[in-house]
Amino acid sequence: MSSQNGSNGSHENVSEPDENLPTGLGENGDVVRADDPFADPGLPPHEHRIQDVDERAAKRSERTVALLFTVSMLATVGFIASYVIFPIGKIVYVWPIGHVSALNLALGCTLGVALFCIGAGAVHWARTLMSDHELVDERHAIEATPETREKVMADFRQGAKESALGRRKLIRNSMFGALTLVPLSGVVLLRDLGPLPKTKLEHTIWRKGKVLVNTNTQQPLRPEDISVGSLTFAQPEGLEEKSDNFQQEIAKAALMLVRLNPSDIKDKKELDWSHEGIVAYSKICTHVGCPVSLYEQQTHHVLCPCHQSTFDLSDGARVIFGPAGHPLPQLNISVNKDGFLEAQGDFAEPVGPAYWERSA
Amino acid sequence: MKKLSARRRHPLAALVVLLFALAATGGLYAAFAPAGEAKADPEKSSQSLAIEEGKKLYAVGCSSCHGAGGQGSSDGPSLVGVGAAAVDFQVGTGRMPAQQPGAQVPKKKKIYSQDQINQLAAYVASLGSGPAQPAKHQYDPSGADVAKGGQLFRTNCAQCHNFTGEGGALTHGKSAPNLDNVEPKHIYEAMQTGPQNMPHFPDTVLSVKDKKDIVAYVHTVNSDKSETPGGFKLGGLGPVVEGLFAWIFGLGALIAVAVWVAARTAKAKKS
Repeated sequence: MSSQNGSNGSHENVSEPDENLPTGLGENGDVVRADDPFADPGLPPHEHRIQDVDERAAKRSERTVALLFTVSMLATVGFIASYVIFPIGKIVYVWPIGHVSALNLALGCTLGVALFCIGAGAVHWARTLMSDHELVDERHAIEATPETREKVMADFRQGAKESALGRRKLIRNSMFGALTLVPLSGVVLLRDLGPLPKTKLEHTIWRKGKVLVNTNTQQPLRPEDISVGSLTFAQPEGLEEKSDNFQQEIAKAALMLVRLNPSDIKDKKELDWSHEGIVAYSKICTHVGCPVSLYEQQTHHVLCPCHQSTFDLSDGARVIFGPAGHPLPQLNISVNKDGFLEAQGDFAEPVGPAYWERSA
Repeated sequence: MKKLSARRRHPLAALVVLLFALAATGGLYAAFAPAGEAKADPEKSSQSLAIEEGKKLYAVGCSSCHGAGGQGSSDGPSLVGVGAAAVDFQVGTGRMPAQQPGAQVPKKKKIYSQDQINQLAAYVASLGSGPAQPAKHQYDPSGADVAKGGQLFRTNCAQCHNFTGEGGALTHGKSAPNLDNVEPKHIYEAMQTGPQNMPHFPDTVLSVKDKKDIVAYVHTVNSDKSETPGGFKLGGLGPVVEGLFAWIFGLGALIAVAVWVAARTAKAKKS
């Protein structure tokens, strides 16, 4: 509002533009205040397009549309031709995409052009040549006419009377009972979605005496295989990749092994559960279960790639940053009489993310 | 014969006999001495020459941070026992000598020639035993099992370097570098020595053959010549980039078309 800017006197005779919307121009071109600010302005007068008045322009539009449809036809022919011509393995260099399959590129481009040109031709046709007169189609009332409503109510009352539903209460009540119970059969079937998890989430297949096997070589690990600053992934012995439960079990049992100087280990339990500085931690993040193994060998920090939870492996895998709620579970390891690393039992707490019944 | 014995008292006779005797001794030695030992001599001296030259280069370029004898200082770690492979990686990729201290020393243009790097490596290797520079047959990607390398890469390396070796962020300004066009030798040495915050993967954990397979995989999926049969790989960074591309360019194109469909057509002049 201009009156707030300090020039109070000068605007008194001028209509306030914010109060009422102008509906049109008066005789002298002045803005006229409308009586009804929300009056229906109606359709603007129809204006002819160039194509409506100039036959040559209309011809040009026709040719453009036909050209687009023709390009589409040629592209379809090109699609079929490239399907026949290009062998599957042929690689071509196309800037800036890189070394791509000639077949895929040709099929994609030709099909894209073929479809786009049909659409573009149709739109251009509608915009320039089809009638552009706007029509008004008034809405009808949603409510039915009184006669129709009266007839429906009469039919309903007659039906209720003839079926005797109100009088024969035994039928009515037993029907309600049957209709209420039927959906329960569907609810009962939900039980078949799978066996209850029971304590499965709290245990892995690690047991006392299970040897740690190198994930890369599938060979049992010796303490001397693992040097300070290295990173090793391990899994329990006897877990075959081809077995049915491999995915379920490895998802919980995956381990990462690092060797620290025993003097660097700050947590007493971690030191007790290590072997000559070798510590074994679950590879599953305690936030939402991503594989967490971005190990920085100088800081001994492990970073989770999903939400940047950071664990300090020299201090009991304590969470030092990020949303994880628990330290990574540690596996108590030792060495067996053959000199191989073995587990001293299962993890002491459930691996992976927290859940509501989690006790630890 | 008579002539010879007549001159046996000649003043030069002793000299001639001495010359004959020397020639015979030398000839016999040359004939019977073991050939290898005769050869080893110059090689040994070239090795010690390399160490000498490397020591000079070290004193000029490295000792200010790593200490005069490679024992390390507050500005740089000890180099005793890091081995020739670590030197070849760090200096060969231009990371060393470092420009400035920081979270991580980045890759840059290398400033030493390969001969000088070998001399530096020889000197540092003489400080304490460590991994040696790998031979070509260990890291050469030809003939390796690329599929196995991919499996090993995804298990051991992809968590930091991304599944096609595009690199990724770590904590506090550190990052795992992009592996595109890194020389096979340097990829091998990085696995062997674990530069900076990267853990190393000793042969007991990841065998020589496994390392070779990984090198071959990285070279197959992440180099100038990598094939992407599916089309534009958008940096190979995964679904986030692909989604962003679809939202910006796909939806952008749809909006442009929608604007075109609904735009006013050119009107003829009011008549």
